[in-house]
Amino acid sequence: MARKDRLSGNEAVAEALRQINPDVMAAFPITPSTEIPQYFSKYVAQGKVDSEFIPVESEHSAMSAVIGSQAAGARSVTATSSAGMALMWEELYLAASNRLPCCLTLVNRALSGPININCDHSDSMGARDAGWIQIYAENNQEVYDNLCMAYPIAEHKDVQLPIMICQDGFITSHAVENIILNEDEEVKNFVGEYNPEHCLLDPECPTAVGPYSVTNYYFEAKRAQAEALKNAKQVTLDVAKEYAKITGREYGLFEEYMMEDAEYAVVIIGSAAGTTKEAVDRLRKEGVKAGLIKIRLFRPFPGEEIAEALKNVKAVALMDRTESYNDCCGPLGAEVSTALYRANAKALAVNYVYGLGGRDVKVSDMVNIYNELQKIAEEGKVEEFYRYYGVRS
Amino acid sequence: MVDKTNINKVGLKCSYKDLTLGMMVYGEKTSEAFKTGEWTSVQPVVDEEKCINCLMCVPVCPDSCITVVDGKRSPFDYDHCKGCGICVKNCPPKAISMKGVK
Ligand code: SF4
Ligand code: SF4
Repeated sequence: MARKDRLSGNEAVAEALRQINPDVMAAFPITPSTEIPQYFSKYVAQGKVDSEFIPVESEHSAMSAVIGSQAAGARSVTATSSAGMALMWEELYLAASNRLPCCLTLVNRALSGPININCDHSDSMGARDAGWIQIYAENNQEVYDNLCMAYPIAEHKDVQLPIMICQDGFITSHAVENIILNEDEEVKNFVGEYNPEHCLLDPECPTAVGPYSVTNYYFEAKRAQAEALKNAKQVTLDVAKEYAKITGREYGLFEEYMMEDAEYAVVIIGSAAGTTKEAVDRLRKEGVKAGLIKIRLFRPFPGEEIAEALKNVKAVALMDRTESYNDCCGPLGAEVSTALYRANAKALAVNYVYGLGGRDVKVSDMVNIYNELQKIAEEGKVEEFYRYYGVRS
Repeated sequence: MVDKTNINKVGLKCSYKDLTLGMMVYGEKTSEAFKTGEWTSVQPVVDEEKCINCLMCVPVCPDSCITVVDGKRSPFDYDHCKGCGICVKNCPPKAISMKGVK
């Protein structure tokens, strides 16, 4: 039986972690994810979980400890944001190349500088090619559900890769919302036990983790890693299907909102999707065929599926909550444009940078974006592909 | 299927699909079975006519590829020779030369 509650995004993550009861959490506090290890360490102190809590001296150490404990055979987790993730950089790649299915609950925050503690996606987008699975959430319910599904995806034998469960800093992490929680037993059974085939603490088969790979092997190792990440797409769908059986809540690679007959679409990640849905509803009342695609799985990227979902659209806005400093396109802009090009799609695409450093995104802003899309469709051309929304000119 | 716990079976002929997960090395005392000799592009070759069996090459090899058997220099262990060339430099009659591996 499900339980109804009111939780912030960080509380929802801590609650999911209590239910998952991982073997190890190693973490260092950083705004706005500090509450996650804070709440979790309380559960450890209260004996509500069996987990070992490692209070490390930096995020570099946090990810190192997670890699070490995961390699030892312990299901491990950490939490961080922004500069904390930047300090984990080297280890992010190691967790992936060592094929360790650990979990990072990320609360998205702008990278410095200028220093800023509010939401954008520059931290996780910078790490998008580190080899991790990345799943994003629109609200508290989704981040809770995504975390409940994290280990079954990451630990699947065809995958065995680390997973990043992302939510928007403050907007999701600190806003209290209604939420439906699973029973402890349901989560415990769904996640199951972590039994890796090989691990450091296996006396029957001692194992060397992370050995040097000469040129003769490095490329093959990377190729195998890429294949595993590719497999994560189907596994994400399979796990979501199983999850829906116990919760009734259904998840895909992305969410399509009013896309059936949409002529103008927005592709967006995170909490601003909720705002965009409201804009879509308002425009629909006026007879504008607006629709939305909300990315859930960003790595691996479901390019073909998104191109298919956009095949009848006249104009589409690809919304990046990060700046790429390349004068060409943002990460989402690049992935979706590539997918559209490969599919010979006729949709006119435009790529917006928006909401940096916590810049508010209102319903009226998203209505403006749809109005711009209608103009683009009418004119039949896109003057400027890579552009900015909501910045003083 | 390659037996991935056998380091001898995981080698240059393996497809990427047959390498171990994350390049982990399974099992204990694998350094002898692990053929690091495949890393090199050159190998030392002895001209037996010129060799005076002085054994000067034996102690200088960093990979213990040259041993003494019955008071004589053993053949080189190419499974572990990394082609560093130290033996070539240390051979008084210059009996060792480097050859490229095909
Ligand atoms: S080339 Fe180096 S590794 Fe090979 S036998 Fe000579 S000294 Fe040993
Ligand atoms: S150093 Fe040269 S001469 Fe002496 S044993 Fe070795 S190969 Fe023979």
